[in-house]
Amino acid sequence: MIEIKKETENNYLVISVIGEADASSSIHLDKAIREALDEGHMQMLVDCTNLNYISSAGLGVFMSYIEEISEKSINFILFGLSEKVLKVFGILGLDQLLKIENDKEQAVSALNGI
Amino acid sequence: MSLKIQFTPKFYMRSSVTMAIIIWVIATLIRILEILATKSGVDLEISKYLPILLQDLFYVFILVYYRHKIRLVESGGFVDLLWRVFAIGLVTTVISISIRLFYESIAGSMLAENEFLNTFLYNLNRALISVFLISTFTVWKKLILYQKSRNLVIYWNIFELALLCSIFFNLTELNLQQSLLFKILFGALAIMAIILSGNLKWVAYLNFKQKWKSVLIILLITIYIFYFFSYLYVAPDEALEAFNAIDDLFVIVLFTFLLFYSIFSLLVILFNLPTSSVFEKKMEEAINFQRLSQSIQQGESEDQIFDVLLNSSMNAVYADAGWIEVNMDDEDTKIRSKHISRENINKVKEQIMISKNRTVIKNPLAPNSDSDRVLINLRKSTYKSAFVVPLTIKNEVKGFMYLLNEVSDSFNKEMINIINTFASQVSVSIENFRLMGEALLNERYKEELNIAKSVQRALLPKELDHDSAFSIHAFTEAAAEVGGDYYDTFQLSEHRFAIVIGDVSGKGTSAAFHMSQMKGIFQSLVQLDLSAEEFLINANTALSKCLERTSFITLTYFIIDTEQKVLEFSRAGHCPTLFYSKEEKKAKYFENKGLGLGIIRNSTYKNFIQVNRVNFSKDDILVLYTDGISEASNAKHEEFGYERMKSLLDQNAHYDPPMIQKVFISKLYEFCGGKDLNDDYTMVVIKFN
Repeated sequence: MIEIKKETENNYLVISVIGEADASSSIHLDKAIREALDEGHMQMLVDCTNLNYISSAGLGVFMSYIEEISEKSINFILFGLSEKVLKVFGILGLDQLLKIENDKEQAVSALNGI
Repeated sequence: MSLKIQFTPKFYMRSSVTMAIIIWVIATLIRILEILATKSGVDLEISKYLPILLQDLFYVFILVYYRHKIRLVESGGFVDLLWRVFAIGLVTTVISISIRLFYESIAGSMLAENEFLNTFLYNLNRALISVFLISTFTVWKKLILYQKSRNLVIYWNIFELALLCSIFFNLTELNLQQSLLFKILFGALAIMAIILSGNLKWVAYLNFKQKWKSVLIILLITIYIFYFFSYLYVAPDEALEAFNAIDDLFVIVLFTFLLFYSIFSLLVILFNLPTSSVFEKKMEEAINFQRLSQSIQQGESEDQIFDVLLNSSMNAVYADAGWIEVNMDDEDTKIRSKHISRENINKVKEQIMISKNRTVIKNPLAPNSDSDRVLINLRKSTYKSAFVVPLTIKNEVKGFMYLLNEVSDSFNKEMINIINTFASQVSVSIENFRLMGEALLNERYKEELNIAKSVQRALLPKELDHDSAFSIHAFTEAAAEVGGDYYDTFQLSEHRFAIVIGDVSGKGTSAAFHMSQMKGIFQSLVQLDLSAEEFLINANTALSKCLERTSFITLTYFIIDTEQKVLEFSRAGHCPTLFYSKEEKKAKYFENKGLGLGIIRNSTYKNFIQVNRVNFSKDDILVLYTDGISEASNAKHEEFGYERMKSLLDQNAHYDPPMIQKVFISKLYEFCGGKDLNDDYTMVVIKFN
């Protein structure tokens, strides 16, 4: 079960991922990110505060956009990852490729800092 | 040599018929001897009861014979049974008449006065008649006891027993005309016989043709009975009123019973003739109903079941024409018609649309008005009334059946009910048919998956390469039939071994395909004897070309050098390896940098991995595993977790690899409780010696 909310705040888009990103539900996550990229957003924050679990399929979704994000120089920042989820990102090595911040405040300042 | 006797019906039949014949021969001989003795004036001193007793025993054996003989007849063949009786009667009559003709031809000659011949022929005739009477009796019994109730059986048994006793009543030498006791007994048995004759349920199961046949046969049987009666008891050239002395209670009761039952059945069949068509119709409906429910199981298609439905329905309501139009699965509408052309169908449909004279019969079980049945009277058409029945499959109206009649208001309530039953049976049949199809398909998929499972099993090594310096044990289990977990070993040189553990993202079939690619890459790259780092870089390049966009593989590649006691490894995003150091008496995870294969698909990948070297000594343990184990969760959404695994290894480090694996897996199952493991899980345990 997953719920995805998109909200534009100031100059950036916040994508909130709520629930569990497993093999079946990560399709929705993929769709949301795809749409945001297609809409031409250059600044994106992904709110993972309420992301309880992420499976390899969910990681695969984030992974598949890494190249596109760096090519288009898009600011794509994840924040609010639980310890468990962060560890999963870390083991796979995705933390080396994605910008990850503790909370929204830090994420926003990281956006503006660049 | 012992004589084995098997008491089969055949044995009883054969022995009883043999006994009957022997007895008859003896009885006849005695009578002839008596005549001879009387003529010569010699007293044979044979008891006068002996011939009577022999005659009685003859009856008994014939009764036993038919009791077993008729049992062999298949039930339901009533007309066959009647034929059998008729045939015996015919033979008896022919013999009886030919004897009579023979006497007429020799009338006045010396031979006609020959007492020996007379006695012999009379005895023969009498025996044949009693055979006919007893066989008819047995057949009548079978008919009466068709669809028997407990009370009927009891009543019949009393009657039969009384009849059996009556055989021996002639030893009293009383006769009907003179004895009151004889009269009373005869009256009582006759009344029982008449009451029993009311059981004629079998008649209802004859069809029209069979009824006619039965009437004919029973009529002839009745004539036989009259003829035989007159032969035995009516003195020639005398009026019917003046009977011979009737001294045989058994025979006279038999005559009475047979006659009554024959006349009763004759009348009942005759009265049943006009209604038999209705009964047959009902039977046909029942059979049609059965056909509807069975036809699809016999491998017929759905089209055929609609044909059966249309035919059965039209027969049931005497429709002059009809058609079914169905639209299954958004295909083109299919029309199956009978006695009506396409052109006329369209005309009638038009008429049905505009007709105002319609009665809607609500379907109480269906929520929407689609499933209402409609009765319509038409005006400007050859057909004056129409009945439209919706055909529902899985609660959806998939089509309609139209039944037409040239007479107005021709569908009565009864017919409507039958059609409804037919239509709903068709729904059930088709639903079952589809479910069956789905089940078969699933069965096939399952079979395919089982093949995939065994193929994949074969991709994992049966024998793990190792030498005396370490022991190794592996365990794997997939959540689905196939999974994405992978492990493998290879002996690089005498003291060097490559060991790999990996996990493909996702689950099931797609993961299994990627796993097999990984196996191919491992087996080819490992031959090159690369460093752990080089291996991963090459594997990443190779996989970049064949993995889907969102797929990746995590892997740890180990090179164990048992001579220098060094472990070299690189981690490609795989779960950190658990290592137990005997010296420190503590387990720990190797912390190091790494990135999953296929995440970065260019040359920068090498920046994200590193090579680690660790020295090992005796009794150190390596536990390689996949995230199915570390991330397994219980009903409370708690993870099995790294800490639990670490302490498990601390506590069980003294065991050998297979035991350590068993402890881990049993603890894992215990932790998850009844919850199904929804991921693949694999473990490889290595202990250095």
